[in-house]
Amino acid sequence: MNARTRRSVALCLSFVLFGFAFAGAARAEGTEWRATRGTGDLGLIVERTKGRILIIETTRRSVLKRLGGFGDLSHASAVFSRDQRYAYIFGRDGGLTKVDLVAGRIVERVMQAGNSIGGAISQDGRLVAVSNYKPGGVRVFDAETLKLVADIPAKDEDGNPSKVVGLVDAPGQRFVFSLYDAGEIWIADFAGGTKPKITRYPGIGTLPYDGLITPDGRAYVAGLFGEDGLAKLDLWHPEKGVARILAGYGRGEKKLPVYKMPHLEGWAAADGKLFLPAIGRHELLVVDARSWKQVGRIKVHGQPIFAVARPDGRQIWVNFAHPRNDTLQVIDVATMKIIKEFKPGKAILHMEFTPRGEQVWVSVRDADRVDVYDTRTFERLAAIKAEKPSGIFLSARAHKTGL
Amino acid sequence: MPARKRASLALAALIALAAPAAYADAPSQTRQAELLYRLRQDCGSCHGYTLKGGLGPSLLPTALKGKDDDTLVHVILYGMPGRPMPPWRFEVSRDEAFWLVREMKKGLRDER
Repeated sequence: MNARTRRSVALCLSFVLFGFAFAGAARAEGTEWRATRGTGDLGLIVERTKGRILIIETTRRSVLKRLGGFGDLSHASAVFSRDQRYAYIFGRDGGLTKVDLVAGRIVERVMQAGNSIGGAISQDGRLVAVSNYKPGGVRVFDAETLKLVADIPAKDEDGNPSKVVGLVDAPGQRFVFSLYDAGEIWIADFAGGTKPKITRYPGIGTLPYDGLITPDGRAYVAGLFGEDGLAKLDLWHPEKGVARILAGYGRGEKKLPVYKMPHLEGWAAADGKLFLPAIGRHELLVVDARSWKQVGRIKVHGQPIFAVARPDGRQIWVNFAHPRNDTLQVIDVATMKIIKEFKPGKAILHMEFTPRGEQVWVSVRDADRVDVYDTRTFERLAAIKAEKPSGIFLSARAHKTGL
Repeated sequence: MPARKRASLALAALIALAAPAAYADAPSQTRQAELLYRLRQDCGSCHGYTLKGGLGPSLLPTALKGKDDDTLVHVILYGMPGRPMPPWRFEVSRDEAFWLVREMKKGLRDER
């Protein structure tokens, strides 16, 4: 055997060995999972009462895998790694779980607090932040290992602890969040490394219940339960402080009871306007996106929970609080009219559009079903069985500020 | 059957017999299931599915211990003005609210 033959035999042998190793790894997973799968059409559905998630794909609209072991997933949410391979799931019981969407398994899990509400991933994808009710504050973890990087207890000026809501990521490696009990907005700036620089904005208003950041990452807005109005922070000019917007939007009318708090995340920005759920009113507020002045309001079926724009901005889809949570309404942005109303079943909890908006996935909790609609024809394309489904999160969120 | 087990069985039977009398005003079985579902799923939006609290306070036995039943019933029926707690009297009767308070104080034993 000359040197050349020896080399090629060795090469062949290493290919064969590599092949075995690869096949072995694939078999070890025991499923059809392939390491070569893309992740841009993947996502997950939360089964809130069972502590499970469904990994789904939106091309064939199918469930790839059901995964358990997440603890209490009531009010759970998720963010995605910048390569869209991993999802970070924030459970109600303080659990933070990292899931490999390709391999279909949990890769890391930590119990980081007693009672938590949501999270965010940093601009560079290296930090995952979780907002907590108990103990109130924000904890920041290494996205790779889930090791604790920073602990930011949220306390007002007198040292009273506060629940944290409306946590979002912002450009410049910042996290922004609101203190529910204290009525403050805080910025935690991680541009300098793992020790954050904290900027506090006290006195922003009574009971901020959620916050959002505009899709361009410029404005952070906190909704206020305790008053008619919202608090806005311009992140291009944080030194100018927090301004009140839409003050007195209810014009002194008596508020209706709110049977579920609206969500501001995933809010609707379309046609130079913003569409926000009013609180204690069966209306959407329409706000000019440049001046931040109210330019209209749209009467809707009930207390809006989510008002989300189709990615092209032509439609706004709205769901509602108990007891009117069996209905979905679609608003045409060009005419500002409700053009479609559905009643898919009781307890419609969440809507998520595919990245280019041709489909919308809708969770219908009490029917144990997720419906997929064509957003142009309103035809139902699929009905997917899921036990008490709540949040639906698609991997396209990986590349969106604030999601 | 050991004596202790017999005794506890007898006790269980007594409790079972006594229960209907104690709950003369208790909702029907169907309604009870409905109320518990609503409690977990919809009250749970703020108080947590396990009732351990969220934006709203915990409703677990340890948190409710020592709190007056009438006050709790009043809060359920009429809400708390200025706070997010809404009034539920449009779909929960006074008797049902009392029943819910007793169940929460004991701790829910429904299958989740």
